[in-house]
Amino acid sequence: MATTITKTETLVGKRIRRREDPRLITGTATYVEDIQLPGMHYAAIVRSPHGAAKIRSIDTKAAAAAPGVAAVFTGKDTEKVGPVPCGASLPDLRVPHHYILAIDRVYFVGHPVAVVVATDRYLARDAADLIEIDYEVLQAVADPEKALAPGAPAVHPEWPDNTAFNYHQEGGDIDKAFAEADVVVKQRITSQRLVPNAMETRGVVAEWRGADRQLNLYTSTQIPHLVRTLVAGMLGLEENRMRVIAPEVGGGFGSKLNVYAEEALMGFVSMKIGKPVKWIESRRENFLTTIHGRGHVDYYEVAAKKDGTILGIKLKIIQDLGAYHQLLTPAIPTLSVLMMPGIYRARNIRADIVGVFTNCVPTDAYRGAGRPEATHGIERMVDILADEIGMDPVEIRRKNFVTNEEFPYPTATGLIYDSGNYAAPLDKAIGIVDYAKVRQEQAEARKQGRLLGVGLSTYGEICAMGPSPATPAGGWESATVKIEPSGKVTVMTGSCHHGQGEETTFAQIAADELGVDIDDILVVRGDTAIVQYGIGTFGSRGTAIGGTALYFALQDLKAKVKVFGAMLLESDDVSFSGGQVICNKTGKTKALAEVAGASYRAMKLPPNTEPGLLATHFWEPPNFTFPFGAHIVLTEVHKDTGNITIRRYIAVDDCGNIINPLIVDGQVHGGVAQGLGQALWEQAVYDDNGQLITGEYMDYTMPRAHMMPWIENDHTITPTNVNPLGVKGVGEAGTIGCSPAVVNSVVDALSHLGVRHIDMPLTPEKIWKLANAGGNN
Amino acid sequence: MKINLTINKKRYSHDVEPRLLLVHYLRETVGLTGTHTGCETSLCGACTVELDGKAVKSCTMFAVQADGANVTTIEGIASDGKLHRVQEAFWNEHGLQCGFCTPGMIMASKQIIDRNGTPSEAEIRHGLEGNLCRCTGYQHIVNAVKAAAAAGR
Ligand code: FES
Ligand code: FES
Repeated sequence: MATTITKTETLVGKRIRRREDPRLITGTATYVEDIQLPGMHYAAIVRSPHGAAKIRSIDTKAAAAAPGVAAVFTGKDTEKVGPVPCGASLPDLRVPHHYILAIDRVYFVGHPVAVVVATDRYLARDAADLIEIDYEVLQAVADPEKALAPGAPAVHPEWPDNTAFNYHQEGGDIDKAFAEADVVVKQRITSQRLVPNAMETRGVVAEWRGADRQLNLYTSTQIPHLVRTLVAGMLGLEENRMRVIAPEVGGGFGSKLNVYAEEALMGFVSMKIGKPVKWIESRRENFLTTIHGRGHVDYYEVAAKKDGTILGIKLKIIQDLGAYHQLLTPAIPTLSVLMMPGIYRARNIRADIVGVFTNCVPTDAYRGAGRPEATHGIERMVDILADEIGMDPVEIRRKNFVTNEEFPYPTATGLIYDSGNYAAPLDKAIGIVDYAKVRQEQAEARKQGRLLGVGLSTYGEICAMGPSPATPAGGWESATVKIEPSGKVTVMTGSCHHGQGEETTFAQIAADELGVDIDDILVVRGDTAIVQYGIGTFGSRGTAIGGTALYFALQDLKAKVKVFGAMLLESDDVSFSGGQVICNKTGKTKALAEVAGASYRAMKLPPNTEPGLLATHFWEPPNFTFPFGAHIVLTEVHKDTGNITIRRYIAVDDCGNIINPLIVDGQVHGGVAQGLGQALWEQAVYDDNGQLITGEYMDYTMPRAHMMPWIENDHTITPTNVNPLGVKGVGEAGTIGCSPAVVNSVVDALSHLGVRHIDMPLTPEKIWKLANAGGNN
Repeated sequence: MKINLTINKKRYSHDVEPRLLLVHYLRETVGLTGTHTGCETSLCGACTVELDGKAVKSCTMFAVQADGANVTTIEGIASDGKLHRVQEAFWNEHGLQCGFCTPGMIMASKQIIDRNGTPSEAEIRHGLEGNLCRCTGYQHIVNAVKAAAAAGR
């Protein structure tokens, strides 16, 4: 629970309740769907029911004549709008032209074909049903391995091998490592497609103000400035004539770290009809058309010494891209490669990625984006290796950890790990669970025929995305701090939080630096007309980069406050603390409000000083940060049903310094829920025709309250020196640490039956078969 | 069709299409946008409101079915400027992140403690089965419901 605060305390590190909550708990927040503008129209989108088909003809006559309909548009009308952008670049990347509405062919179920605009959402839907589309259905291919087979249907006819790119990376001497190995273990490991499922679906309101030549676009996004740059480009509109507003955003998890066809389409429609237009994605559309995550088939080989020392790792990734590249699609598996050694001293690596087109919705960044896949892989492989050589999973990890003396540690994949103390969270987690005792319990239970499992993961991750040269769109972040004439403080951040609590954590940072009451601080984000250019919130970067930009802006501002304070106090020896400028000689003080007022009134100005109190800082991080942690999961497998009970879940995470422990705990819980969703329940399943057969909440198993275990979470703290706050980021940690720990635990429960690996999700059907196979799985 | 009903202690009367969903009526006709839609298929609980004292998913009802009913939405549970104890508990316990599921969660939680002043963790989790949250992992929500129940004793 939150603690109460008194005014004089510093706030960083305190468990304080969030300042954004009052509007959210009273139902008065404004999400995109809540926006009503005069004369507003509603759009309904007609989408392909086929995985692959040619469009022979589209008849829109009846729809156009239907009650309330203002306009109908098809691909012919929108052909000149620029393509949905791909921001990632890889050598020889094949990039299909991604029209905002299909022209003569559809590539996946849900592919937008036409849009109907009417005065009312029900009428728009009615009219959409009147559009007749004559399709010539083609054979689709939805499975990436099948898509690579000779003779497979071509997703894009111009590239019959369905290959968008091949990527290769090597570090050290991998052939030597394998030649010197005592043991090599191999495993195929999949990381299934997942549907991000933010509870607020996507939505757009576009408002063209023709006389002003101004397009206002309200969209549920994590990256308003990038949306403005890219959508303005698609529409051929000058960037400064477009304003993007991300109002309250109901979750993203990477799925709103994108630029979507509908954002440009609604801009197009509003510009055509001269009226505001609203489109709200249905849940069904969200399943079919918002990006999916993961979609890996990985082939691992690990070479090691008999004593458990890992020598080298080979990895081949088959990445299911879907039919198109969304903003970052092809870049995501390259993050898996960077992360493939985990937190282990593996000096030799070889990785190959083949990016495969399929007749499915594109994959892209979903919580963890490439790192969960890599962590799942290495953490599974370490367990498989331990099993092969008869070593305890804890011991093999300790044996291979990068040691404290080795930081900053250059990895074989080209990263430099900033700081770490990898044994610390492991020791803590082992202490909490009493490892020796649970192993003993497990052995006894086995004698009685009960299947108990103990599994762990010791994960590392890449956070604070990231230095600009390593990112497609700039990896810095910006902050502006203004002290108003009354002394009240406004923070404008280029971050675009959507549940992460930065209205609170950023205010904590500012309150401490300025020594003012937290209630005197307002944090503003998400409006390109108000906030200086920014990058946005994703990749666990909000506090580590956005918070740091704020920190530096505050330093600049404090310096200016001191200059004005010194003038007012007629002293050249002043300090600034507790919201007051203090003359160090006389002890006289000037309150911030008085200094601020004088700075704007400007009756007198210090030499070479402009009026006013405002500072902006764009902060470019010198490196990523690398949080880590240990999760331990105790499971029981029920032989009769194939069900799995999580008996205990222990998460010890090290995300560096902590600004607000209450919020950090929330991030870990939510992350674990998504990791557990992948491990046990969730999967986007396409059939051979490209139909998404888990495309509703009836079929796609989301974690619900009664399915979640109690998470016992704790922390160790190893600050980073990449930023002055010492914070690393925690948004994705829970997800990354979770799935391998769960699968390791269940495999452990069944290991005496000869089970060595199980692909996710661990459905009762799979588990029942393995538990009842009498050792012959 | 003409309907008359009470929402948050105020009387309303509207002429509505028979096919208009209750949730759309509340949000668009009456202007109470605190009730959200996350699925429109009765599976996420974002649209939960109280109808004659019972929590219902307002996407599974037509507005005309609420004729004569007494409806309470998230906007109607605080009184005299004082938050309802479930709202207060969600705030204190960090029972929300993006806030989108929150109005529905709070309405469902209110129902749990209205029916049972001392719910166990299992009872709370069972009571929230119909409400999806993608952000919190539910743990802080469970804490919030426990705290709200305790505050009512
Ligand atoms: S919107 Fe009613 S249950 Fe989801
Ligand atoms: S707080 Fe975001 S869905 Fe529950």
